[in-house]
Amino acid sequence: MATEINIAPVQEIADNQPVIEIEHLQKAFGSNVVLRDFSLTINKGENLVVMGRSGIGKTILIKCIIGLVKPDGGNLRVFGKDIFKLNHQDLDDMRTRIGFVFQSSALYDSMTVRQNLEFPLRRHRRKKISGTLDELVREALRNVGLENAIDLMPSELSGGMRKRIGIARSVILKPEIILYDEPTTGLDPITSEEITRLIMDLQQKYKTTSIIITHDIALARETANRIVFLSDGIVYKQGTYDELIHDEDMEIKHFFKR
Amino acid sequence: MNQCYEIGIKSFVLVGITAFILGLVLVMQSRPTMMEFGAGSFLPAMSSISIVREIGPLVTALICAGKIGSGISAELGSMKVTEQIDAMEVSGTNPFKYLVATRIIATTLMIPILTVYADFISLIGAFTGSNIKDDVNLHFYVNRVFEALHFTDIGPSFTKTFFFGFTIGLVGCTKGYNSKKGTEGVGKAANISVVVAMVGVIIIDMVVTQITSMLGYL
Repeated sequence: MATEINIAPVQEIADNQPVIEIEHLQKAFGSNVVLRDFSLTINKGENLVVMGRSGIGKTILIKCIIGLVKPDGGNLRVFGKDIFKLNHQDLDDMRTRIGFVFQSSALYDSMTVRQNLEFPLRRHRRKKISGTLDELVREALRNVGLENAIDLMPSELSGGMRKRIGIARSVILKPEIILYDEPTTGLDPITSEEITRLIMDLQQKYKTTSIIITHDIALARETANRIVFLSDGIVYKQGTYDELIHDEDMEIKHFFKR
Repeated sequence: MNQCYEIGIKSFVLVGITAFILGLVLVMQSRPTMMEFGAGSFLPAMSSISIVREIGPLVTALICAGKIGSGISAELGSMKVTEQIDAMEVSGTNPFKYLVATRIIATTLMIPILTVYADFISLIGAFTGSNIKDDVNLHFYVNRVFEALHFTDIGPSFTKTFFFGFTIGLVGCTKGYNSKKGTEGVGKAANISVVVAMVGVIIIDMVVTQITSMLGYL
Protein backbone atom coordinates (compact mmCIF):
# COMPACT_ATOMS: atom_id res chain seq x y z
CA MET A 1 0.00 0.00 0.00
CA ALA A 2 1.36 3.39 -0.99
CA THR A 3 2.45 5.72 1.76
CA GLU A 4 0.30 8.82 2.09
CA ILE A 5 2.32 11.92 1.36
CA ASN A 6 1.28 15.17 2.98
CA ILE A 7 2.79 18.04 1.09
CA ALA A 8 2.98 21.38 2.84
CA PRO A 9 1.14 24.22 1.08
CA VAL A 10 3.06 26.47 -1.27
CA GLN A 11 4.65 29.27 0.68
CA GLU A 12 3.27 32.72 0.13
CA ILE A 13 5.70 34.99 -1.67
CA ALA A 14 7.33 37.09 1.03
CA ASP A 15 7.57 40.30 -0.97
CA ASN A 16 8.18 41.60 -4.43
CA GLN A 17 11.89 42.09 -3.97
CA PRO A 18 13.50 40.74 -7.15
CA VAL A 19 16.43 38.37 -6.64
CA ILE A 20 16.92 37.33 -10.26
CA GLU A 21 16.36 39.75 -13.13
CA ILE A 22 16.74 38.50 -16.68
CA GLU A 23 16.44 40.91 -19.60
CA HIS A 24 16.51 39.96 -23.29
CA LEU A 25 18.74 36.94 -22.70
CA GLN A 26 20.10 35.33 -25.85
CA LYS A 27 21.99 32.10 -26.34
CA ALA A 28 22.67 30.09 -29.47
CA PHE A 29 24.81 27.06 -30.24
CA GLY A 30 25.79 27.59 -33.86
CA SER A 31 22.59 27.92 -35.84
CA ASN A 32 20.50 26.47 -32.98
CA VAL A 33 18.98 29.47 -31.17
CA VAL A 34 18.06 28.31 -27.67
CA LEU A 35 17.20 31.58 -25.93
CA ARG A 36 16.05 34.27 -28.34
CA ASP A 37 14.77 37.10 -26.18
CA PHE A 38 14.12 35.76 -22.73
CA SER A 39 13.07 38.19 -20.00
CA LEU A 40 11.91 37.28 -16.51
CA THR A 41 12.02 38.51 -12.93
CA ILE A 42 11.97 36.15 -9.97
CA ASN A 43 11.05 37.55 -6.57
CA LYS A 44 12.36 36.61 -3.17
CA GLY A 45 10.66 33.52 -1.72
CA GLU A 46 9.04 32.60 -5.02
CA ASN A 47 8.83 29.04 -6.33
CA LEU A 48 9.07 29.38 -10.09
CA VAL A 49 8.58 26.32 -12.26
CA VAL A 50 9.96 26.44 -15.81
CA MET A 51 8.33 24.04 -18.24
CA GLY A 52 8.61 23.42 -21.94
CA ARG A 53 9.52 20.76 -24.45
CA SER A 54 12.80 18.87 -24.21
CA GLY A 55 15.82 20.65 -25.69
CA ILE A 56 14.10 24.03 -25.57
CA GLY A 57 16.77 25.61 -23.35
CA LYS A 58 15.47 25.27 -19.80
CA THR A 59 18.69 23.82 -18.41
CA ILE A 60 20.74 26.39 -20.33
CA LEU A 61 18.67 29.10 -18.64
CA ILE A 62 19.55 27.99 -15.10
CA LYS A 63 23.15 27.32 -16.11
CA CYS A 64 23.29 30.95 -17.27
CA ILE A 65 21.91 32.06 -13.88
CA ILE A 66 24.73 30.32 -12.02
CA GLY A 67 27.36 31.38 -14.54
CA LEU A 68 28.14 27.95 -16.01
CA VAL A 69 27.05 29.06 -19.47
CA LYS A 70 27.75 32.54 -20.77
CA PRO A 71 24.87 34.05 -22.76
CA ASP A 72 25.48 35.73 -26.12
CA GLY A 73 23.52 38.81 -25.14
CA GLY A 74 21.15 40.41 -22.66
CA ASN A 75 21.42 41.17 -18.96
CA LEU A 76 21.28 38.81 -16.04
CA ARG A 77 21.40 40.15 -12.48
CA VAL A 78 21.37 37.99 -9.38
CA PHE A 79 20.93 39.84 -6.07
CA GLY A 80 21.31 43.01 -8.11
CA LYS A 81 24.72 42.08 -9.52
CA ASP A 82 25.54 41.23 -13.11
CA ILE A 83 26.90 37.72 -12.70
CA PHE A 84 29.09 37.93 -15.80
CA LYS A 85 30.85 41.08 -14.62
CA LEU A 86 31.94 39.58 -11.31
CA ASN A 87 35.56 38.64 -10.73
CA HIS A 88 36.39 35.05 -9.86
CA GLN A 89 36.27 35.52 -6.09
CA ASP A 90 33.00 37.45 -6.17
CA LEU A 91 31.48 34.83 -8.48
CA ASP A 92 32.49 32.07 -6.06
CA ASP A 93 30.99 34.05 -3.18
CA MET A 94 27.81 34.57 -5.20
CA ARG A 95 27.63 30.83 -5.88
CA THR A 96 27.59 30.11 -2.14
CA ARG A 97 24.22 31.87 -2.12
CA ILE A 98 22.86 29.66 -4.93
CA GLY A 99 22.33 25.91 -4.74
CA PHE A 100 22.18 23.84 -7.93
CA VAL A 101 20.58 20.40 -8.04
CA PHE A 102 21.78 18.61 -11.17
CA GLN A 103 19.57 16.35 -13.23
CA SER A 104 22.13 13.54 -12.87
CA SER A 105 22.75 14.46 -9.20
CA ALA A 106 26.44 14.88 -10.18
CA LEU A 107 27.75 13.27 -7.00
CA TYR A 108 31.54 12.91 -6.94
CA ASP A 109 31.78 9.17 -7.44
CA SER A 110 35.27 8.86 -5.96
CA MET A 111 34.06 10.32 -2.64
CA THR A 112 31.73 8.99 0.06
CA VAL A 113 28.44 10.74 0.80
CA ARG A 114 30.11 12.48 3.75
CA GLN A 115 32.97 13.75 1.56
CA ASN A 116 30.50 14.88 -1.11
CA LEU A 117 28.69 16.99 1.45
CA GLU A 118 31.86 18.27 3.08
CA PHE A 119 33.30 19.38 -0.26
CA PRO A 120 31.37 22.71 -0.61
CA LEU A 121 31.95 23.46 3.09
CA ARG A 122 35.70 22.93 2.80
CA ARG A 123 35.89 25.05 -0.36
CA HIS A 124 33.92 27.91 1.19
CA ARG A 125 35.51 28.37 4.58
CA ARG A 126 34.89 32.11 4.27
CA LYS A 127 31.13 31.64 4.45
CA LYS A 128 30.00 31.86 8.06
CA ILE A 129 27.86 28.85 8.92
CA SER A 130 27.52 27.80 12.54
CA GLY A 131 28.39 24.20 13.39
CA THR A 132 31.20 21.75 12.81
CA LEU A 133 31.63 19.91 9.52
CA ASP A 134 30.17 16.76 11.01
CA GLU A 135 27.17 18.58 12.48
CA LEU A 136 26.41 20.33 9.20
CA VAL A 137 26.74 17.14 7.17
CA ARG A 138 24.48 15.24 9.57
CA GLU A 139 21.92 18.05 9.57
CA ALA A 140 21.85 18.08 5.76
CA LEU A 141 21.41 14.31 5.68
CA ARG A 142 18.71 14.49 8.35
CA ASN A 143 16.86 17.01 6.16
CA VAL A 144 16.70 14.47 3.35
CA GLY A 145 16.13 11.46 5.62
CA LEU A 146 19.36 9.68 4.74
CA GLU A 147 21.54 9.98 7.83
CA ASN A 148 22.39 6.28 7.61
CA ALA A 149 23.93 6.73 4.15
CA ILE A 150 26.74 8.94 5.44
CA ASP A 151 29.58 6.50 4.72
CA LEU A 152 28.21 4.97 1.53
CA MET A 153 29.71 5.54 -1.92
CA PRO A 154 27.44 7.06 -4.62
CA SER A 155 27.55 3.75 -6.53
CA GLU A 156 25.80 2.11 -3.56
CA LEU A 157 22.84 4.52 -3.70
CA SER A 158 19.56 4.14 -5.57
CA GLY A 159 18.37 6.81 -8.03
CA GLY A 160 16.08 8.42 -5.45
CA MET A 161 18.82 8.40 -2.80
CA ARG A 162 21.26 10.02 -5.22
CA LYS A 163 18.72 12.79 -5.89
CA ARG A 164 18.27 13.36 -2.17
CA ILE A 165 22.01 13.47 -1.53
CA GLY A 166 22.35 15.87 -4.47
CA ILE A 167 19.72 18.10 -2.86
CA ALA A 168 21.42 17.78 0.56
CA ARG A 169 24.76 18.89 -0.97
CA SER A 170 23.06 21.84 -2.66
CA VAL A 171 21.46 23.13 0.54
CA ILE A 172 24.40 22.52 2.88
CA LEU A 173 25.67 26.09 2.43
CA LYS A 174 22.18 27.41 3.28
CA PRO A 175 21.68 29.07 -0.11
CA GLU A 176 19.06 31.74 -0.68
CA ILE A 177 18.24 30.47 -4.18
CA ILE A 178 18.01 26.83 -5.25
CA LEU A 179 17.97 25.83 -8.91
CA TYR A 180 16.53 22.37 -9.54
CA ASP A 181 17.19 20.71 -12.89
CA GLU A 182 14.49 18.08 -13.39
CA PRO A 183 14.59 16.78 -9.81
CA THR A 184 12.06 13.98 -10.36
CA THR A 185 13.09 12.75 -13.81
CA GLY A 186 13.61 9.00 -13.91
CA LEU A 187 12.00 8.37 -10.53
CA ASP A 188 8.91 6.32 -9.73
CA PRO A 189 5.74 8.24 -8.72
CA ILE A 190 6.16 7.58 -4.98
CA THR A 191 9.80 8.69 -4.92
CA SER A 192 8.81 11.70 -7.06
CA GLU A 193 6.26 12.64 -4.41
CA GLU A 194 8.87 12.27 -1.71
CA ILE A 195 11.24 14.56 -3.62
CA THR A 196 8.38 17.04 -4.11
CA ARG A 197 7.70 17.03 -0.37
CA LEU A 198 11.40 17.44 0.31
CA ILE A 199 11.59 20.48 -1.98
CA MET A 200 8.63 22.03 -0.18
CA ASP A 201 10.02 21.21 3.28
CA LEU A 202 13.37 22.78 2.43
CA GLN A 203 11.68 25.87 1.08
CA GLN A 204 9.63 26.20 4.26
CA LYS A 205 12.68 25.62 6.46
CA TYR A 206 15.20 27.86 4.72
CA LYS A 207 12.81 30.36 3.08
CA THR A 208 14.55 29.92 -0.25
CA THR A 209 13.70 31.15 -3.71
CA SER A 210 13.49 28.23 -6.11
CA ILE A 211 13.55 27.73 -9.85
CA ILE A 212 12.44 24.24 -10.75
CA ILE A 213 12.92 22.88 -14.24
CA THR A 214 10.56 19.98 -14.76
CA HIS A 215 8.21 18.07 -17.03
CA ASP A 216 6.46 16.61 -13.99
CA ILE A 217 2.97 18.15 -13.93
CA ALA A 218 2.35 16.91 -10.36
CA LEU A 219 5.56 18.54 -9.13
CA ALA A 220 4.61 21.79 -10.87
CA ARG A 221 1.12 21.71 -9.39
CA GLU A 222 2.39 21.16 -5.85
CA THR A 223 5.34 23.54 -5.81
CA ALA A 224 4.73 26.42 -8.20
CA ASN A 225 3.75 29.95 -7.24
CA ARG A 226 4.15 30.67 -10.91
CA ILE A 227 4.81 28.55 -13.99
CA VAL A 228 6.74 29.88 -16.98
CA PHE A 229 6.27 28.04 -20.24
CA LEU A 230 9.35 28.37 -22.41
CA SER A 231 8.99 28.04 -26.14
CA ASP A 232 10.92 29.32 -29.14
CA GLY A 233 13.49 30.97 -26.85
CA ILE A 234 11.02 33.27 -25.10
CA VAL A 235 8.56 33.24 -22.20
CA TYR A 236 5.67 31.87 -24.21
CA LYS A 237 3.14 31.89 -21.35
CA GLN A 238 3.26 32.38 -17.63
CA GLY A 239 0.81 32.18 -14.77
CA THR A 240 -0.31 30.00 -11.91
CA TYR A 241 -0.95 26.32 -12.42
CA ASP A 242 -4.69 26.90 -12.56
CA GLU A 243 -4.31 29.66 -15.14
CA LEU A 244 -2.18 27.52 -17.43
CA ILE A 245 -4.25 24.40 -17.05
CA HIS A 246 -7.27 26.37 -18.32
CA ASP A 247 -5.37 28.22 -21.05
CA GLU A 248 -6.86 27.75 -24.51
CA ASP A 249 -3.55 27.96 -26.40
CA MET A 250 -3.07 24.70 -28.32
CA GLU A 251 0.58 24.23 -27.36
CA ILE A 252 -0.19 24.73 -23.67
CA LYS A 253 -3.23 22.46 -23.89
CA HIS A 254 -1.20 19.81 -25.67
CA PHE A 255 1.59 20.04 -23.07
CA PHE A 256 -0.82 19.63 -20.17
CA LYS A 257 -2.64 16.93 -22.19
CA ARG A 258 -6.15 18.30 -21.86
CA MET B 1 49.80 13.73 -2.42
CA ASN B 2 46.68 11.76 -3.20
CA GLN B 3 47.32 12.11 -6.93
CA CYS B 4 51.00 11.14 -6.46
CA TYR B 5 49.81 7.98 -4.71
CA GLU B 6 47.17 7.23 -7.34
CA ILE B 7 49.48 7.93 -10.25
CA GLY B 8 52.85 6.83 -8.94
CA ILE B 9 52.65 4.26 -6.19
CA LYS B 10 49.92 2.24 -7.88
CA SER B 11 52.15 1.86 -10.98
CA PHE B 12 55.14 0.45 -9.08
CA VAL B 13 54.25 -3.22 -9.61
CA LEU B 14 53.59 -2.90 -13.35
CA VAL B 15 56.68 -0.79 -13.98
CA GLY B 16 58.80 -3.08 -11.78
CA ILE B 17 57.79 -6.30 -13.52
CA THR B 18 58.26 -4.79 -16.99
CA ALA B 19 61.63 -3.26 -16.09
CA PHE B 20 62.94 -6.51 -14.61
CA ILE B 21 61.97 -8.53 -17.68
CA LEU B 22 63.44 -5.94 -20.06
CA GLY B 23 66.77 -5.91 -18.20
CA LEU B 24 66.85 -9.70 -18.21
CA VAL B 25 65.95 -10.01 -21.89
CA LEU B 26 68.39 -7.27 -22.91
CA VAL B 27 71.33 -9.18 -21.45
CA MET B 28 70.16 -12.57 -22.71
CA GLN B 29 69.73 -11.20 -26.23
CA SER B 30 73.01 -9.27 -26.27
CA ARG B 31 75.22 -11.89 -24.66
CA PRO B 32 75.75 -14.25 -27.67
CA THR B 33 76.90 -11.38 -29.94
CA MET B 34 79.05 -9.81 -27.24
CA MET B 35 80.66 -13.19 -26.50
CA GLU B 36 81.31 -13.75 -30.20
CA PHE B 37 83.37 -10.55 -30.27
CA GLY B 38 85.07 -11.42 -26.99
CA ALA B 39 83.36 -8.53 -25.24
CA GLY B 40 81.45 -10.48 -22.60
CA SER B 41 83.02 -8.45 -19.82
CA PHE B 42 81.39 -5.33 -21.29
CA LEU B 43 77.89 -6.68 -20.73
CA PRO B 44 77.34 -4.82 -17.42
CA ALA B 45 78.53 -1.53 -18.94
CA MET B 46 76.51 -1.99 -22.12
CA SER B 47 73.33 -2.95 -20.27
CA SER B 48 73.61 -0.18 -17.66
CA ILE B 49 74.17 2.55 -20.27
CA SER B 50 71.29 1.22 -22.40
CA ILE B 51 68.99 1.00 -19.43
CA VAL B 52 69.80 4.35 -17.82
CA ARG B 53 70.03 6.37 -21.03
CA GLU B 54 67.14 4.99 -23.00
CA ILE B 55 65.28 1.87 -22.00
CA GLY B 56 64.38 2.88 -18.44
CA PRO B 57 63.02 6.37 -19.17
CA LEU B 58 61.32 5.48 -22.44
CA VAL B 59 59.67 2.25 -21.34
CA THR B 60 58.50 3.83 -18.06
CA ALA B 61 57.03 6.76 -19.96
CA LEU B 62 55.31 4.54 -22.52
CA ILE B 63 53.81 2.30 -19.82
CA CYS B 64 52.62 5.38 -17.92
CA ALA B 65 51.22 6.96 -21.10
CA GLY B 66 49.10 3.83 -21.47
CA LYS B 67 48.16 3.26 -17.85
CA ILE B 68 48.11 6.74 -16.31
CA GLY B 69 47.32 8.85 -19.39
CA SER B 70 44.28 6.80 -20.32
CA GLY B 71 43.19 6.65 -16.67
CA ILE B 72 43.33 10.43 -16.24
CA SER B 73 41.56 11.01 -19.52
CA ALA B 74 38.79 8.51 -18.79
CA GLU B 75 38.31 9.83 -15.24
CA LEU B 76 38.04 13.48 -16.27
CA GLY B 77 35.92 12.59 -19.31
CA SER B 78 33.54 10.64 -17.12
CA MET B 79 33.36 13.51 -14.61
CA LYS B 80 32.55 15.89 -17.45
CA VAL B 81 29.80 13.67 -18.87
CA THR B 82 28.15 13.19 -15.46
CA GLU B 83 28.29 16.94 -14.70
CA GLN B 84 30.70 16.44 -11.77
CA ILE B 85 33.00 19.13 -13.18
CA ASP B 86 30.06 21.55 -13.38
CA ALA B 87 29.12 20.61 -9.81
CA MET B 88 32.65 21.41 -8.72
CA GLU B 89 32.48 24.78 -10.43
CA VAL B 90 29.18 25.73 -8.80
CA SER B 91 30.71 24.69 -5.48
CA GLY B 92 33.15 27.55 -6.00
CA THR B 93 36.09 25.31 -6.92
CA ASN B 94 38.18 25.97 -9.97
CA PRO B 95 38.12 22.54 -11.67
CA PHE B 96 41.25 23.36 -13.63
CA LYS B 97 43.26 23.92 -10.46
CA TYR B 98 41.63 21.11 -8.50
CA LEU B 99 41.59 18.41 -11.18
CA VAL B 100 44.03 19.34 -13.94
CA ALA B 101 46.91 21.11 -12.20
CA THR B 102 47.17 18.47 -9.45
CA ARG B 103 47.35 15.65 -11.99
CA ILE B 104 49.93 17.36 -14.18
CA ILE B 105 52.11 18.12 -11.14
CA ALA B 106 51.73 14.51 -9.96
CA THR B 107 52.77 12.99 -13.31
CA THR B 108 55.65 15.47 -13.67
CA LEU B 109 56.98 14.46 -10.24
CA MET B 110 56.18 10.76 -10.28
CA ILE B 111 57.46 9.71 -13.73
CA PRO B 112 61.09 10.62 -12.80
CA ILE B 113 60.72 8.66 -9.54
CA LEU B 114 59.23 5.70 -11.39
CA THR B 115 62.08 5.91 -13.92
CA VAL B 116 64.77 5.76 -11.22
CA TYR B 117 62.95 2.78 -9.73
CA ALA B 118 62.62 1.14 -13.18
CA ASP B 119 66.36 1.68 -13.86
CA PHE B 120 67.22 0.01 -10.57
CA ILE B 121 64.92 -2.97 -11.10
CA SER B 122 66.05 -3.31 -14.71
CA LEU B 123 69.68 -3.45 -13.61
CA ILE B 124 68.73 -6.23 -11.19
CA GLY B 125 67.08 -7.99 -14.14
CA ALA B 126 70.24 -7.52 -16.20
CA PHE B 127 72.35 -8.94 -13.36
CA THR B 128 70.01 -11.93 -13.14
CA GLY B 129 70.28 -12.38 -16.91
CA SER B 130 74.08 -12.29 -16.69
CA ASN B 131 73.99 -15.06 -14.08
CA ILE B 132 71.86 -17.45 -16.10
CA LYS B 133 74.78 -18.53 -18.34
CA ASP B 134 77.75 -17.11 -16.42
CA ASP B 135 78.67 -16.77 -12.79
CA VAL B 136 78.92 -13.01 -12.31
CA ASN B 137 79.88 -11.65 -8.92
CA LEU B 138 77.51 -8.94 -7.62
CA HIS B 139 80.39 -6.78 -6.42
CA PHE B 140 82.06 -7.01 -9.83
CA TYR B 141 78.78 -6.24 -11.60
CA VAL B 142 78.05 -3.17 -9.47
CA ASN B 143 81.60 -1.87 -9.94
CA ARG B 144 81.38 -2.23 -13.72
CA VAL B 145 78.01 -0.50 -13.79
CA PHE B 146 79.23 2.52 -11.80
CA GLU B 147 82.47 2.69 -13.80
CA ALA B 148 80.47 2.84 -17.03
CA LEU B 149 77.91 5.43 -15.96
CA HIS B 150 78.76 9.12 -15.98
CA PHE B 151 76.82 12.28 -15.26
CA THR B 152 76.35 12.76 -19.01
CA ASP B 153 74.43 9.48 -19.08
CA ILE B 154 72.30 10.12 -16.03
CA GLY B 155 71.67 13.91 -16.22
CA PRO B 156 69.97 14.27 -19.62
CA SER B 157 68.04 11.01 -19.27
CA PHE B 158 66.73 12.02 -15.83
CA THR B 159 65.87 15.53 -17.03
CA LYS B 160 63.82 14.29 -19.96
CA THR B 161 61.61 12.22 -17.64
CA PHE B 162 60.15 15.45 -16.21
CA PHE B 163 59.12 16.42 -19.74
CA PHE B 164 57.69 12.93 -20.29
CA GLY B 165 55.63 13.24 -17.10
CA PHE B 166 54.42 16.72 -17.96
CA THR B 167 53.39 15.59 -21.46
CA ILE B 168 51.51 12.51 -20.20
CA GLY B 169 49.62 14.59 -17.61
CA LEU B 170 48.89 17.45 -19.98
CA VAL B 171 47.63 15.24 -22.80
CA GLY B 172 45.54 13.04 -20.49
CA CYS B 173 43.92 16.03 -18.78
CA THR B 174 43.33 18.01 -22.00
CA LYS B 175 41.70 15.11 -23.81
CA GLY B 176 39.60 14.10 -20.80
CA TYR B 177 38.55 17.62 -19.84
CA ASN B 178 37.49 18.40 -23.41
CA SER B 179 35.87 15.07 -24.19
CA LYS B 180 32.52 15.33 -25.89
CA LYS B 181 29.36 14.20 -24.21
CA GLY B 182 28.55 10.53 -23.95
CA THR B 183 30.41 7.38 -23.03
CA GLU B 184 31.65 7.00 -26.60
CA GLY B 185 33.37 10.37 -26.27
CA VAL B 186 35.04 9.27 -23.04
CA GLY B 187 36.38 6.11 -24.71
CA LYS B 188 37.65 8.08 -27.68
CA ALA B 189 39.32 10.64 -25.42
CA ALA B 190 41.13 7.89 -23.48
CA ASN B 191 42.23 6.22 -26.70
CA ILE B 192 43.47 9.42 -28.33
CA SER B 193 45.26 10.55 -25.18
CA VAL B 194 47.32 7.31 -25.15
CA VAL B 195 48.29 7.67 -28.80
CA VAL B 196 49.14 11.38 -28.54
CA ALA B 197 51.06 10.95 -25.26
CA MET B 198 53.11 8.05 -26.67
CA VAL B 199 53.98 9.95 -29.84
CA GLY B 200 54.76 13.04 -27.72
CA VAL B 201 57.09 11.03 -25.48
CA ILE B 202 58.95 9.60 -28.47
CA ILE B 203 59.30 13.04 -30.09
CA ILE B 204 60.61 14.53 -26.82
CA ASP B 205 63.06 11.62 -26.56
CA MET B 206 64.32 12.34 -30.06
CA VAL B 207 64.66 16.07 -29.37
CA VAL B 208 66.53 15.50 -26.08
CA THR B 209 68.85 13.03 -27.82
CA GLN B 210 69.60 15.61 -30.52
CA ILE B 211 70.27 18.32 -27.96
CA THR B 212 72.47 15.97 -25.91
CA SER B 213 74.38 15.12 -29.06
CA MET B 214 74.80 18.80 -30.02
CA LEU B 215 76.14 19.51 -26.53
CA GLY B 216 78.72 16.75 -27.04
CA TYR B 217 77.38 14.40 -24.38
CA LEU B 218 76.98 11.50 -26.81
